[in-house]
Amino acid sequence: MNHAPLAAAFVADAPRAKWHDETLWFVRAKRDKAAQSVPEWEELRECAAQIKAHTVSRLADYLEQFEREATRRGAVVHWARNAAEHNEIVLKLLSDRGVKRLVKSKSMLTEECHLNPFLERHGIEVVDTDLGERIVQLAGESPSHIVLPAIHKKKEDVGQIFHEHLGTTAGATDPNYLTEAARQHLREKFVQAEAGLTGVNFAIAETGGFVVCTNEGNADLGVSLPTLHIASMGIEKLVPRAQDLGVFLRLLARSATGQPITTYSSHFHGPRPGGELHIVLVDNGRSDILASDEFRRSLNCIRCGACMNTCPVYRRSGGHSYQTSVPGPIGSILAPSRNPKMFYSLPQACSLCGSCSDVCPVKIDLHHQLLTWRRELAHQGLLSRSKRLGMQAMSFVFRRPALYRLAGRVARWLTPLLPRFMIYNGLNAWGKQRELPDFPAKSFGEQYAERRRHESQRNS
Amino acid sequence: MPTVGLFIPCYVDQLFPQVGLATVDLLEQAGYGVEYPADQTCCGQPMANTGCTEQARPLAERFLAIFSGYDYVVAPSGSCVAMVRCHYDEYLAGQPGFEELKKKTFELCEFLVDVADTSRVDHRFPYRVGLHQSCHGLRELRLASSSELVAPAFGKAQRLLQMVDGLELVTLARPDECCGFGGTFAVAEEAVSCMMGNDRIHDHLTAGAEVLTANDMSCLMHMAGLIRRQGKPLRVMHIAEILAGHSK
Repeated sequence: MNHAPLAAAFVADAPRAKWHDETLWFVRAKRDKAAQSVPEWEELRECAAQIKAHTVSRLADYLEQFEREATRRGAVVHWARNAAEHNEIVLKLLSDRGVKRLVKSKSMLTEECHLNPFLERHGIEVVDTDLGERIVQLAGESPSHIVLPAIHKKKEDVGQIFHEHLGTTAGATDPNYLTEAARQHLREKFVQAEAGLTGVNFAIAETGGFVVCTNEGNADLGVSLPTLHIASMGIEKLVPRAQDLGVFLRLLARSATGQPITTYSSHFHGPRPGGELHIVLVDNGRSDILASDEFRRSLNCIRCGACMNTCPVYRRSGGHSYQTSVPGPIGSILAPSRNPKMFYSLPQACSLCGSCSDVCPVKIDLHHQLLTWRRELAHQGLLSRSKRLGMQAMSFVFRRPALYRLAGRVARWLTPLLPRFMIYNGLNAWGKQRELPDFPAKSFGEQYAERRRHESQRNS
Repeated sequence: MPTVGLFIPCYVDQLFPQVGLATVDLLEQAGYGVEYPADQTCCGQPMANTGCTEQARPLAERFLAIFSGYDYVVAPSGSCVAMVRCHYDEYLAGQPGFEELKKKTFELCEFLVDVADTSRVDHRFPYRVGLHQSCHGLRELRLASSSELVAPAFGKAQRLLQMVDGLELVTLARPDECCGFGGTFAVAEEAVSCMMGNDRIHDHLTAGAEVLTANDMSCLMHMAGLIRRQGKPLRVMHIAEILAGHSK
């Protein structure tokens, strides 16, 4: 489905759209302040981009090294070619051990794989333990942002959801009260859980360990009580050495929320005593992106969400308008590579302002890749007929200067004569909220020629 | 006297001739010969940005043929210059004269500051002015520092506007947010585009601007369309008109 009508529906609720825009702009401004506090910010970005480019250039080697080292530390490494394989692996791990209750700490990869509905179909209760994720889970929705999953919900909405599901007082909106209710509810889930699943922010080839960053400590709680820890990671999450973490951890939280560092950056190296650690390495289209010269750099992404917070379109259209687990600029690059037919409109949902590229902590040239996607989608015949024909007609005219001048003259003469309803109607999206400019009697070319004629007459 | 080939974007030629005339005046005042090659039409950006690269290619080739003979090529539009300098490689890489063309093609303010070394503007413009940073000029041509990067602040358009007697630049809450024009985006994503434009206008009005200006007429056309429909008290002028002392 096309992005534009969903975006228009979001914009139609003007106060909410304004609030959404301002809330995310507040985060973007916090990010600016945090970035400005690091004088070597641009060097850090360059360094991060180079580490990622290097890692991706020999990803297979590093993945094998990671598997060796992780195995040596007692973890079990699984490989999943796609979402279905990932889900099957997780299900088998759970059902072999008779697990019926799983707590999850925010993992966008499991969203990408649609793990929750899959496990629920197999009779397993899945509880997202990140507060924002839990809110959208209770609301029966998907996250609308990768770092701030419930950013589209106001506290009134949360109060209503908690009232329905957790039995809080109707109409309650006090964040402290609601957070406390969520805390009590989640504590129960943590205690009952028989397994914990986390995402992975960074995996280290050299050590076979990985790092999970959260602000709520829910990942740590979720994997500390049960004996089974499953970690799902996209194969691009790798960095070569432990010392590289210094670069990425400094960039991640500042870019995401403006914090110097996340509250918890938990390192996992092997299973805890008496426990099991399983790491599922997921490809799900990443190798295809890796093989593409044009889009390979999008694998640099560390999922900080800064491009979403800065994107003027995302801020006003909301994450759900993108209909993909990773929305916004980076999502609009990743999604078409998985399914160009379904996500053809996402690279067009962009004014090409370039703010995403400048804000990106790993220097992905996001707006250029979006432009490249437009070319690729047009090439695949996925451009709308009206746009394609319109561009062909424009090009035809622009290649013929005399025709261009004639068309301009006719349009400038004719348009002012037309009655208003012929210009401002349902066919003219420009005129719905905007006036056309006044059409001048003479073009610049005509006025310039007259000016030069006068000058030469004066001089002769 | 070095000669500037005047590159007037198609929509400026047809709809905003006064911007082209102001550009001619500015370049002549700066001591350059100006020629307007009459057979120019469009640089091909609308087609290229829609993904129709094969429709854009012949226009890029025409552009090279028309403009390669001049000492400089100057346009009152960051966006169209960015098309030539940052996106023509796809069509013209390796063609004779292309590398020189990229080096000698300038946005107007950039040319006035970097090449003509303008140090004074003789006109008075006693108004509070809001400068809208057009995205392509900002983040492709780097005509000013962008708020995302950690780097010293600068701005070529600001520098020129500060030379104008009586002109007061207002401070915006979001100094370089996109106005939402974006070419076909303005039509395809009409709702978001207009909300972006309205937010931009609101920022200027809140900052106390009486005049809204920019390096790109396309951004201004979009915002002027919203301003006129709503009858907001904000005049819209291209920066060339202010610098040339036109329409006080």
